[in-house]
Amino acid sequence: MNSLHFTFCDTRCIALPSGALHLPEHGILCVSDLHLGKSDRIARRSGVMLPPYEMQATLQKLEADIAQTRPSKVICLGDSFDDLHAATSLPEDILLWLAAMQAGREWVWIEGNHDPGPVNLGGVHLAELQVGVLVFRHIATDADAEISGHYHPKHSIAGRSRPAFLYDETRLIMPAYGAYTGGLRSTTPVLRNVFKKAPIAILTGRRAIAVPV
Amino acid sequence: MTTLPAPFDSWFATRGWDIHPHQEAMLDQACAPALMLIAPTGGGKTLAGFLPSLIELCNGTHSGLHTLYVSPLKALAADIKRNLRTPVAEMDLPIRIEDRTGDTSYTQKRKQRADPPHILLTTPESLALLLSYEDAPRIFKGIQRVIVDEIHALAESKRGDQLMLALSRLQALAPDLRRVGLSATVEDPAAIAAQLARHPDPCQIINADPGPDPDIRMLVTQEKPPWTGGGAKYAIPAVLDAVRQHKTTLIFHNTRAQAEIFFHHLWLANTDDLPIGIHHGSLAREQREKVEAAMVAGQLRAIVCTGSLDLGIDWGDVDLVIQVGAPKNVKRLVQRIGRANHRYNAPSKALLVPANRFEVVECVAALEAVKDRDLDGDPKGPGPRDVLCQHILIAACAGPFHDADLFAEIKTVGAYRDLTRAAFDDCLDFCATGGYALRAYDKWKRLLQNADGRWQLRDPRAAQRIRMNIGTIQDTDTLKVRLKGNFKPLGEVEEAFAATLTPGDTFLIGGQIVRYESLKEMTVQVSRRADKTPKIATFMGTKFANSTQLSRRILSMFEQPDWPQLPGHTAEWLALQRDVSKLPEADRILVESFPHEGRHHMCVYGFAGRNAMQTLGMLLTQRMEEVGLHPLGFVATDYATLVWGLDPVTDPTPLFDPHNIRADFETWLSGNAVMKKTFRGAATIAGLIERNLPQTRKTGRQATFSSDILYDTLTKYDPDHLMLRITREEAMRGLVDFSRIEEMLARTAGRIDHITLERVTPLSLPMLLERGRIPVAGAAQERIMEEEAARLMIAAGVGKL
Repeated sequence: MNSLHFTFCDTRCIALPSGALHLPEHGILCVSDLHLGKSDRIARRSGVMLPPYEMQATLQKLEADIAQTRPSKVICLGDSFDDLHAATSLPEDILLWLAAMQAGREWVWIEGNHDPGPVNLGGVHLAELQVGVLVFRHIATDADAEISGHYHPKHSIAGRSRPAFLYDETRLIMPAYGAYTGGLRSTTPVLRNVFKKAPIAILTGRRAIAVPV
Repeated sequence: MTTLPAPFDSWFATRGWDIHPHQEAMLDQACAPALMLIAPTGGGKTLAGFLPSLIELCNGTHSGLHTLYVSPLKALAADIKRNLRTPVAEMDLPIRIEDRTGDTSYTQKRKQRADPPHILLTTPESLALLLSYEDAPRIFKGIQRVIVDEIHALAESKRGDQLMLALSRLQALAPDLRRVGLSATVEDPAAIAAQLARHPDPCQIINADPGPDPDIRMLVTQEKPPWTGGGAKYAIPAVLDAVRQHKTTLIFHNTRAQAEIFFHHLWLANTDDLPIGIHHGSLAREQREKVEAAMVAGQLRAIVCTGSLDLGIDWGDVDLVIQVGAPKNVKRLVQRIGRANHRYNAPSKALLVPANRFEVVECVAALEAVKDRDLDGDPKGPGPRDVLCQHILIAACAGPFHDADLFAEIKTVGAYRDLTRAAFDDCLDFCATGGYALRAYDKWKRLLQNADGRWQLRDPRAAQRIRMNIGTIQDTDTLKVRLKGNFKPLGEVEEAFAATLTPGDTFLIGGQIVRYESLKEMTVQVSRRADKTPKIATFMGTKFANSTQLSRRILSMFEQPDWPQLPGHTAEWLALQRDVSKLPEADRILVESFPHEGRHHMCVYGFAGRNAMQTLGMLLTQRMEEVGLHPLGFVATDYATLVWGLDPVTDPTPLFDPHNIRADFETWLSGNAVMKKTFRGAATIAGLIERNLPQTRKTGRQATFSSDILYDTLTKYDPDHLMLRITREEAMRGLVDFSRIEEMLARTAGRIDHITLERVTPLSLPMLLERGRIPVAGAAQERIMEEEAARLMIAAGVGKL
């Protein structure tokens, strides 16, 4: 398998090479920063029309991860939509696709800084979610046992940079899952300061690879 | 015989000058709608171009813009302004001359739009920008002449295509506009003339006397050139000697990095404190201007420079040109040599300094070609469509347009004369809707048709962003370098280089060693440092492919039994290669295999030029990946491709099966780095990717995602999209250069010599230090990443995760 098993706050975790996190004991699949509708927002704001296929690319990836892990609960960890306009004007086929993936499982939209308001879609919309000892929220705080997103971390080894999970004993930060998302180097102070000591990075890509930062 | 107006006559007389025959011919033909002058550097080319304008303007009756002068370099525009103002002042002519480039101040630019000078000196990009303003018709009203200087240089690139499109716009605004091109010696003047003229107008070509043959030699030094490397450090004492013996010397380098290193070493060896300066495109404007001013004032004995000084800036009394590194292209060499000795009838003097043993061979081949007046060049393809897309957006910025009018205008551009209406509509659709199979942007189109059928911007505010991204120069992402606590930038380095720096690292910029401190708001902060050997600033600089014709000359030289025309050390080196392995032959492919530093290496001598050898590297490594040979990377030069990997290649013959190569080429095209790079360029020019954004980012937070993602997405979901078609066509012609691989396969017809050796061969040695190594993202890369990660995990004590 190309996934990587590790333990975070006494919870068994599997980092998928796609950038999703699987918690088999809880039947949870967690993804962060999908930024659906990003190309639409860019076109609206700037006139630049990027290839309008990022939602397909992102949802295809998600669909494959769901098929592989069969979660009973999917948590989208904030910034699932690039802005509220994008969330409220999704094309019909995307809505149907989302609905199909939501069928038969719980679906949680955690609010992010890009999508703070209520979303008119299936699933529950929460500011944060507690599951056992773990708390899921969009932006990291000082709390313990916290899984968050927001920063789009990436890390490089042997000269290649990839989106990456970062974690230490108390905190786990997810990579951005959306197709059109940039990254923030794991060594930048704003990201580095989130951790009390040097975290471990798990690089995404063909295989999930762990490395100390 | 034209008679000059009195002030001109007496001005020539007081200077003791006679008007040159070609200057006179330009006056005689001044009414021609298109005219091109071919003259060697120093042939009074610029004056020949401007003389008709000065005469037409000398009675003071013309108001507004009369002549637009376009040059490829900002520095050239500034230089011409200086040189032109002198005769105008001396003859007391009522003519206002100003320049307008990226360096011109905002207030000055506003003033120029409100009240244009008689003669405006500018660059293709600044002209395109001017044409994007709504008041363009007023600015250019009454313009009579446009002079395109150094048109041979512009014509080779997309900048030339953009300029010619701009001229079609200009001609629509001012139908009487006459076009004049000034060119250095080129191999096919008619082709350039056809680009300059309004299609299908004829364009007359005036040839100036080419002048005496140049005095050009290879520098002979006591010390032997090294086996490898591009620094030519060995030649420093001899170069200093040459500088001492001449008034002013220009020392040309092929890349900025080489110029910096050479300058540094030159300065260390410069015990007489000769005043020597450095000039290249990555230096801050203030730095460049200081050097230019010192040069004009005659305060410098030598100037170390790159292509940024290639073009006709008048440096006064240059009496020697030194070319460090092999010239790669005979035409450019001839043009560079022309920089020495601006007296028209004296021969230019030049020295070639090969940086290593192989370059000795290249230099000798180039010298022979110069002697034979055998210039090289490749025919240019049709007008690129990414530039056309940008042109459409620029037109939309200026105001609503009818598609039929714009199409008719574009068809008058030589390079676009065969453009079909369908191809134009594709570009227009791309600009308007993105041109995607999934019509997703109905609500947010960039261009809309208004009630009378004219096209306009949906959101007029988009004009600002389009204007900010005008231009076709493909610069890599650069960061400004500043001394800590000092606002003035020293210059720029590439982002990729900046990313490799850790605090305390030192590098060279503008001839000084600086210490990297931090990266602050997209600026590299440095402090001054003089006591350490520097790391090297890796400016990319353009790498030119060796011309087909030079490659052929080198291969035929290899056939000689011995080499009396080469210095002893180089002849011995070739003899040694012949002894331990073989010399490459024109009708065979030589393949050498040897181990080096724990990796298996394979060196393929194809002599197809840098771009084609690079493509060959891609194709070979792809096939090797498929058959499980774990290639790790490759590097290409003009004559060879060196591939290294985890496993040895025991039988290279199947790798060169033309059938395989062509089949691989098809699959390879979609997924490789060259294509991604080409895509990035085309998408940036066409307005899909914005290089410049309205406000500069404060932090690197969630930096923009890479254009590779867009390329991958398009390839997967919309493989027939216009941008991918453009990318493909362009890559075939330019960076991919598959035609030269075909040429190589045809001339070698499956004849492959494979030689397995214990160690590096004399001829492959320079390859090992060649820059621009390209990693192969395959199984071997993954294996190494995993091994490296495992090692780090164990080192960190968390190996058992």
